[in-house]
Amino acid sequence: MKRQITINPLTRLQGHGKISIFLDEGGNVERAYFQATELRGFEKFCEGRAVEEMPAITQKICGVCPTAHHTASSKALDRLFNVEPPIAAKKIRELLYNAFMFEDHLLHFYFLGGCDFIAGIDAPREKKNIFGVIEKLGIETGRKAIEIRKKVRDLSSRISGSPLYPLFGVAGGVSKPLKENDRNYMKQIISDALEFAVFTLKIFEDVFLKNKAYLEMITDDNYKLKTYYMGLVDQDNKLNFYDGVIRIIDPYGREFYKFEAGDYLNHLAELIVSWNYSKILYLKNKGWNGFVDGIESGIYRVGPLARLNVSDAMPTPLAQIEYEKMLNFLGGKPLHNAFAYHWARLIEVLYSAERMSELINDPEITSQYIRNIPSDIPSEGVGVCEAPRGILFHHYNSDGRGIIKNVNLLVATQNNYAAICMAVQKAASKYIKNGIISDGILNKIETAFRTYDPCIACATHMNLNEMPFSLCIFDKDNILIKEFME
Amino acid sequence: MDLFEPKIIGFLCNWCSYEGVDSAGRSQMTYPHNFLPVKVMCSGRIDTQFILKAFSEGADGVIVFGCHLGECHYKDGNYHMMRRFALLKKLLSELAIKEERIQLEWISANEKDKFVMIISQMVEKIRGFGPLKISTKSNQHR
Amino acid sequence: MEKPKIALYWCSSCGGCDASVIDIAEGILEIASNIDIVFWPIAMDFKYDDIEKMRDGEIYLSLINGSIQMDEHARIARLLRQKSRFIAAHGSCAHLGGIFGLANLYDTADILKHIYIKGISVKNQDSIQPNLIAGEDEQQLILPAFLDSVKPLNNMIGVDYYIPGCPPTPELVKSGILRIISEDIPPHGTVLTEKKALCDTCARKDSQPDKIHIDEFKRLFEFQWDESLCFLAQGLICLGPATRGGCLSRCINANMPCRGCFGPTDNTADYGAKTLSFLASLVQSRDKDEMEKIADSIPDIAGLLYRYCLPSSLLKDIIK
Ligand code: SF4
Ligand code: SF4
Ligand code: SF4
Ligand code: FES
Repeated sequence: MKRQITINPLTRLQGHGKISIFLDEGGNVERAYFQATELRGFEKFCEGRAVEEMPAITQKICGVCPTAHHTASSKALDRLFNVEPPIAAKKIRELLYNAFMFEDHLLHFYFLGGCDFIAGIDAPREKKNIFGVIEKLGIETGRKAIEIRKKVRDLSSRISGSPLYPLFGVAGGVSKPLKENDRNYMKQIISDALEFAVFTLKIFEDVFLKNKAYLEMITDDNYKLKTYYMGLVDQDNKLNFYDGVIRIIDPYGREFYKFEAGDYLNHLAELIVSWNYSKILYLKNKGWNGFVDGIESGIYRVGPLARLNVSDAMPTPLAQIEYEKMLNFLGGKPLHNAFAYHWARLIEVLYSAERMSELINDPEITSQYIRNIPSDIPSEGVGVCEAPRGILFHHYNSDGRGIIKNVNLLVATQNNYAAICMAVQKAASKYIKNGIISDGILNKIETAFRTYDPCIACATHMNLNEMPFSLCIFDKDNILIKEFME
Repeated sequence: MDLFEPKIIGFLCNWCSYEGVDSAGRSQMTYPHNFLPVKVMCSGRIDTQFILKAFSEGADGVIVFGCHLGECHYKDGNYHMMRRFALLKKLLSELAIKEERIQLEWISANEKDKFVMIISQMVEKIRGFGPLKISTKSNQHR
Repeated sequence: MEKPKIALYWCSSCGGCDASVIDIAEGILEIASNIDIVFWPIAMDFKYDDIEKMRDGEIYLSLINGSIQMDEHARIARLLRQKSRFIAAHGSCAHLGGIFGLANLYDTADILKHIYIKGISVKNQDSIQPNLIAGEDEQQLILPAFLDSVKPLNNMIGVDYYIPGCPPTPELVKSGILRIISEDIPPHGTVLTEKKALCDTCARKDSQPDKIHIDEFKRLFEFQWDESLCFLAQGLICLGPATRGGCLSRCINANMPCRGCFGPTDNTADYGAKTLSFLASLVQSRDKDEMEKIADSIPDIAGLLYRYCLPSSLLKDIIK
């Protein structure tokens, strides 16, 4: 018999993300759902737009990672017009990109997901925010974190016009060169950033690696998913955020595929389910075999941990040292434990600071030759980059006048969606036993998926990131027995 | 079934075109009652916003009458209208509104027959298109 | 004296508007000492219940960002209206309908079909689409429903003030809040930034020619333009003359032309129509056919003129 579940209207007021858990006869978890509850329709309403406007339009997909969308979009335009940006333009784009990764990752560590551990995993909810972090690490550190983010944002706005949204991407380059005085100004900020990155890793060692709860979680099999991993690498199979080829490794760490962005349709496919506005990505060559991990499943993961798993090494010296440290500590690649994302994220912070420093010291970056004007008729282009939460594809088709005919977007959180659903299910199963729902379950489940830093805005090309979400638990007759709201 | 009676708003410049309507009226010529004339000083003074306003208030078509090119009392007013009109046609069509729902005509004070003919043709054309504001959604050109 | 209570809420939003609040950075302390934030879903714990329990008008000011796209947005907006003395629409989406308003160019069913069935990387033999009440087996999961179109905030509830921009600058958010909580409350309906057009404060203004003569609108991929001259003087469309100032010339500083996110200046019924008149005035052509060709040199004029404001166009009910 099908029962109509009536959900308290208040529950429906909770936007953006929602978890529903169904229990079986014995009061154990039968199935957990992680739902994205909004949709914008970017793919459709970009149709008919002028191609050159796409970097500015698509960055409004997400106010958390606008730079990622702007960059993938600018790169898609390069390909659409078949025009190669001059070296200086690529370097300027990459500089901005690393500045963005740096501050976004830091935001996650100090203000969002990292708070869970810094404040203490069992700390009350009201402490799990920047204020709790400041309490724990001291006001000095809190201030430093706010300050460095602000400086790096100032640097970004100097490059691209706005601290919030970059505006400088054009087909074949950027709209504005860097000047010598920009370089001097930026050098100082970047050296501060590098220092702060080193400092943050130190905090990680002091706080996370000495935190029993975190150590337990990072080694707990419950949080392991043996999935494939996908990420961008350079020609030496080293990490790069801005450009490269896409590498997939299998759950044993062996290379499974390597392909150019333009080939993505041969490798990736999207699953549609009726209970979710987000589409779920999986490996096409493996097929969709349900929410299970392992070598036979098409589920893969992206993001900081995935990137370190697919890379053979870090391209910068300090990051390489930390990378080796992590591998030694956790026992070699591939790392499957979701809580290693936190560590990986910080190694990337260090890499991005080192990379910024390389780029700003590069004599070529201040070349005034920043743009090649396309001569080809626009047609089709795929742009790719590594967003903070994982790889991002923009794929455009246009008519000969440069009017968009078709848009396809594959976004970080969509790649991780299946894994996040599984993580939620695992955490739920652990904390709901025989009808007994343990205290703080909301917290625990939240911690389980926050490590992925899921961005629903990106997943459905719509809404926000650290969303309030609701958690509903249903009994064997599918009757709502408990609900939590954040 | 009742025949759809479209509403057509006409903007007429005071100098040539309004004269034209007036003389049509004076000589007892009948023109369709669907037509609601609005007098302005010069076609160049018709802001694009007026035209959209007319649509939003229920017009099914809008027609603008100005003096013949070269005869505008303010020299270039009708040229200004002509330029705006070209952009507006394109805009409406991109918004999936049939561009023929707006029309621009040059007319002089003594062309009352032409005036009556244009209005009657426009009414028939818009009648064929059907009402602009329809409650059911569809992506067809309206 | 009790500090005024402030609520922040987002409807269909990209999060950029909330980031504009976070980015007030150290300035947030100055504000925080003057106000009491009672509700801010992105950054703080809260309960909708707590809002329900409040007296009518107990909240002094609610800043609402994002456009109204789903049922639940409308509901919370109404609730906040009831409980708040003042409502400020925060950002282009709430102010004018915003960039997601471009979705109003398309039918909702077509959007869903396009995304879930026709998407080129989609594998979906059974043509599954998200259902409002969905679920596998007996398990029913509710997804919230869409409204018939994307709407600006003042289409749903009364709005007292507007903080424009996509997103607004952090400075504007800060000064906006401070103005509304000050003794000297701005008049109802004020857009809390400059009154004049962007050009007025643009560094390139001096190079804006008195008489512009454009015989073809150029496109951004066609040439590299000068970094210091007015875009209009170079044949590129810049919407600065029709757009309200106050954004600190963000695009211009990036050497890119304005696309109108701050919306119109006062007393404008339709931003797109007004902008269209201004574009037409740049052309001197005296020939109808030539003029039509020039019009054709603007690609996607609808998406350009209504980039941020389609849901508040005079034609909004006709389009969708
Ligand atoms: S106004 Fe712009 S920044 Fe604000 S929510 Fe809307 S799209 Fe995002
Ligand atoms: S048109 Fe644009 S570039 Fe020219 S003065 Fe105005 S805002 Fe500045
Ligand atoms: S220049 Fe125009 S589009 Fe750019 S931020 Fe300012 S108002 Fe918005
Ligand atoms: S006076 Fe008739 S068009 Fe100008």
